[in-house]
Amino acid sequence: MNKTNGPRLRARRKARFTNDDLWGYVFIAAAMIIFCVFTLYPVINAIYTSFFNYKPFGSEFVGLKNYTDTLKYSKFNLFYKAAWNTLVYTVIVVPLSLLLSFTISVMILPFQKKVQSVFKAMYYLPGIASGVALSVVWLWLYDSSPDGLFNKFLGFFGVPTQNWLSSTKTSMLSLIIMALLSSHGTQIITYIAALLGIDNSYFEAAELDGATFFQKVRYIVWPLVKPTTLFLLVTGVIGSFQVFMNAYMMTGGGPDNSTTMIGLLIYNNAFEYAKYGLACAQAIILTIVIALMSVFQFKLMGVDVEY
Amino acid sequence: MATGLYSQHLHNKKVLYLRNTVITIVLVVFAAATLFPIVYMILSGFGPNVSTAGNMRTIFPSRWTLESFKAFFDFSPYSLRWIWNSLVVAAGTVLGNVLFASMAGYAFAKIRFKGSKVLFAMILVAMMIPYQVTQIPLYILMVQKFHMTNTYSAMILPSLCTAYNIFLCKQFFTGLPTPLIESAKIEGCSQFQIFIRIILPLSKTVLAVMAINTFLSSWNNFFWPFLVTNTPAMYTIQVGLKQFKFANETLFAPMMAGATISALPMFIMFFALQKYFMEGVTIGAVKG
Repeated sequence: MNKTNGPRLRARRKARFTNDDLWGYVFIAAAMIIFCVFTLYPVINAIYTSFFNYKPFGSEFVGLKNYTDTLKYSKFNLFYKAAWNTLVYTVIVVPLSLLLSFTISVMILPFQKKVQSVFKAMYYLPGIASGVALSVVWLWLYDSSPDGLFNKFLGFFGVPTQNWLSSTKTSMLSLIIMALLSSHGTQIITYIAALLGIDNSYFEAAELDGATFFQKVRYIVWPLVKPTTLFLLVTGVIGSFQVFMNAYMMTGGGPDNSTTMIGLLIYNNAFEYAKYGLACAQAIILTIVIALMSVFQFKLMGVDVEY
Repeated sequence: MATGLYSQHLHNKKVLYLRNTVITIVLVVFAAATLFPIVYMILSGFGPNVSTAGNMRTIFPSRWTLESFKAFFDFSPYSLRWIWNSLVVAAGTVLGNVLFASMAGYAFAKIRFKGSKVLFAMILVAMMIPYQVTQIPLYILMVQKFHMTNTYSAMILPSLCTAYNIFLCKQFFTGLPTPLIESAKIEGCSQFQIFIRIILPLSKTVLAVMAINTFLSSWNNFFWPFLVTNTPAMYTIQVGLKQFKFANETLFAPMMAGATISALPMFIMFFALQKYFMEGVTIGAVKG
């Protein structure tokens, strides 16, 4: 608290633990034990395991083999296929859903608080159903018979019956449509909070200059919510790179690995084929890629963002 | 209400109404599109338990009946137990997080102790690590070393105190006035008393938000319970639903009934505690 007589105090503090030190450790003890056993140890162990060919009794050290195997380029290397699929999925789903959420948030804004809450709740609700439940429903929506609701609906517009999930042409598209039509509640609510925080004087000034609605959105709102967009973009990309549930439940990665994502690939290597070392190496590569992507996005968009 | 963004037609009632009507229609249509799978799920659950694809032809079931729900519960003698298991796991996880994460969050926010910065930085870094990294060693640890397959502990322990919740609490507690704590100290309160008597009563909202979010994510968690259970008696409802799906590929209505059962408790919770759900979204976001 008292910075003026710092040196002496600090000298005494160094000598032994202060009361605060002790209380601090008492308060974090449980959390830190849990953290060390269930997060820190697994992370270290994952790095360690990634250099081994894991066997329950006596793993065999293989050096960087798991990494080189993963990254060795060949047409049949599933890792690149999965990385490509994940990239395609992310590049389409994340920006589109951000744009959608932004548009919806701007549209919700002119209403009274009560109406706003109703809309927020409506958009948030689908997000609280579990991934398993939702994928069960979507599986039937995409039913490949002409009776499937998706086929029926598109049939009105003359689109012929599709084999949505079991054709390499449409399988990825199906997962993307599903992601875009699922809940954007958290993004919308975050955007609305940011929009409500914009000072009215900006708009008043713009009005004096005769700005139209779209000019205001383009030159005032969009730049001012940029930190929010950046935050949602980074978290969106991180989430999208780890996507697992839909691919696992809906297509199992098929057909012909057209929907195998990195998350599913790691799962299969670990829990289907028991190649723990390889899976760990791939998970670590995924971590590095995610970290690099996040830094890149901050660099790209964050130039004029202040916190 | 309207911020300056929407000041264009305030004096022209007709245009204003027209504009708002158009916006409302667009919003409702899109909301309907995202809500549709849920509505379809619930309605179809009341359809008859027959194995024909023709059932799903319409949005409303051909015949209203509860037999599909019955079919789901009859599928396994443990169906009800799955819900109970989910409840136990979620409750345990919530309890642990509310207790341990709030204590740790308080220490990181308001107690100055050696190493606090380093330890907190570690927790921040941990938040960014994808779950794929920790999952495999955790699996080996819990299943092969501790032999904890099919126990509640195996399902609860790894998420007993998450890095995110510690972060959330720390963020909130940092905003509480320090003089309050200092004066309590001078009055002779120990840190423990301060925490119990002053901090916790001031933090009901953040604790409620944390409890609800943790409960929701625990209830909806499929992956981890799926990995550490292999007897039907210990499945959670999500794992049970997945097994039901794989066993009954053609039974449309019962599958929808099962999905409804797995989601219903969360819907009820959402309608009861909507305010906290909404608050939970913005409370953790960075200040933009």
